Amino acid sequence: MSERAGGAEAGPLPGAAFAPAAGWRPPVSPRSALRAGRLARRNPTAVAGAAIIALTVFIALAAPLLSRYDPVSQIAQPLLAPGGRYPLGTDELGRDELSRLFFGTRVSLYVGGLAVVIALVFGASSGIAAGFYGGRLDNIAMRVMDVLFSMPALVLAITLTSILGPSLTNAMIAIGIVYAPTFARVARGPTLSIVGQPYIEAARAIGASNAVIMARHVLPNVSAPLLVQTTVSLSTAILTEAALSFLGLGTQPPTASWGLMLSTARQYMLIDPWIAVLPGIAIAVTVLGFNLLGDGLRDVLDPRIRTL
Amino acid sequence: MRYLLRRGAWTVAALLGVSVLIFGLVRLLPGTIVDILAGTEGRLGPEQRAAVLHQFGLDRPLPVQYGLWLWNLMHGNLGWSFRTQQPVGELIASRLPITIELAVLTIAAVAAIGIPLGILASVTPSLRVKAVAQIVGLLGLSVPNFWTAVMLIILASYAFHWLPALIFIPPWVAPWTNAQQMLLPVLSLALGLAAVVVRMTRSSMLEVLGQEYVKVARAKGLRGATVLFRHALRNALIPIITVLGLQSGFLLGGVVITEQIFGLPGLGWMLLNGVYQRDYPVVQGTVMLFAVTFAAVNLAVDLLYTSLDPRIRFE
Repeated sequence: MSERAGGAEAGPLPGAAFAPAAGWRPPVSPRSALRAGRLARRNPTAVAGAAIIALTVFIALAAPLLSRYDPVSQIAQPLLAPGGRYPLGTDELGRDELSRLFFGTRVSLYVGGLAVVIALVFGASSGIAAGFYGGRLDNIAMRVMDVLFSMPALVLAITLTSILGPSLTNAMIAIGIVYAPTFARVARGPTLSIVGQPYIEAARAIGASNAVIMARHVLPNVSAPLLVQTTVSLSTAILTEAALSFLGLGTQPPTASWGLMLSTARQYMLIDPWIAVLPGIAIAVTVLGFNLLGDGLRDVLDPRIRTL
Repeated sequence: MRYLLRRGAWTVAALLGVSVLIFGLVRLLPGTIVDILAGTEGRLGPEQRAAVLHQFGLDRPLPVQYGLWLWNLMHGNLGWSFRTQQPVGELIASRLPITIELAVLTIAAVAAIGIPLGILASVTPSLRVKAVAQIVGLLGLSVPNFWTAVMLIILASYAFHWLPALIFIPPWVAPWTNAQQMLLPVLSLALGLAAVVVRMTRSSMLEVLGQEYVKVARAKGLRGATVLFRHALRNALIPIITVLGLQSGFLLGGVVITEQIFGLPGLGWMLLNGVYQRDYPVVQGTVMLFAVTFAAVNLAVDLLYTSLDPRIRFE
């Protein structure tokens, strides 16, 4: 969430906050992307993050194979402690906790992933268009973003889901809308500096249309910051989905979602702490994976910002 | 000064945009107040329906409704709750102290935990500490604060056999009880944010400690502590303040959940209940207030730069 706000008025340093990103040059050409790949291997943070993400993606895909029980059928005594036939015990309705955690991975990655795709597609395309055409379009786009940035992310997400109605799909749309402006800002800055480059003029001279220039010449050059932003946004999107489900505005029962599991567990947490502890660990580990990868990628791809 | 005016004007413009957005969004909420009332008080005939709509001013054209709402907003009138008929302004005024207490205590706790640990981490230049600081910072961003809250409750009840009172007691009634009640909510919000501040403080301090003027200060024989706090920390504060400002959005969102978990009847609690009960004026009022607060904090952070570093001048 801080990353969303990070695109707002202030950059990491006050000097950057008040100067437009005009002097900024895109750090990555296709060849240096290859080099980035090699650097990433030497970057333990990124590798650790990637490993965690690979594991969660595997669990999400293989959830039906890994789970011994159906995540929504009530098969045992409620609130059993971990061990025996049910490795992590059962929840308040006697459903297998481990299977629910496995299937919860799907919800988190699905909602978080698609929400970020929505944000990326709408945000990046409007950011590139705004930076490319400039003028009134740019002005309008930036003002709309200012408005969306003026609200704390979660407050905006809560308002949007309450209007769209509480459901998994609507939570996804709401999160997508909330994070789109960040992508727009991230894409617009570098676009502004690319537009003046000779190769854009050259492309125009040989008769390339605006759409082609934006897709073939601008997009590849803003892809590095967008990639970093995508990774970091995945972590915040997963957290936001969990928060919305926790508040009853996201995934609806009986679907297994970590935020929702944690929310219902609250009533039983003093009888059976396990069902409150486990979903939180699942959320934290997954989100940590994306944060680690995002941090590592930023070190490699964005030399302006050093995290530590 | 001109910068300040321009910045202020943009903030007001953005907030006007927010007001249009909120107004528009809230009008899209599924179901109107009539349906809610009809649901609780039996079916209404068409005339009664029209009468209810008229009573709440919902039968006028949307721009007129918006104009009236904005006009009243300017005059401090936020409308009346659809549910309880109480003025929203009064409701907010009664809830606001709780949220302010929560937020202020949280920021104080974040600074009190985060900055000293960050400084500590910056003066011991070991790679292990660096790694730990980085991972702690990332953990702070990764662990959902509602889970921290739940863990704290479990910890308090299992390890200390203690749970705070469930019904909120204001500090002026029973300060000690209130402090006990605020402890867990504040910690649940502060721990995550403090981790981020530790990380930022450390990196910012390290950068400053490598500067020439720090060496000069040391060379002319100043005590270590003087160098650290008077020369280094003051210059390292800007990025830290920036991060704190940026985290305020995080904090305002976190307040909504934390108040819900701990049953603190503050603004966040009011917003969620407004959402659950489709009480438009309450939702509009609280979201607007959240946006205004957020904008004010960002403006304040900008202004703080100039007082921390007189070299920064906004043209």
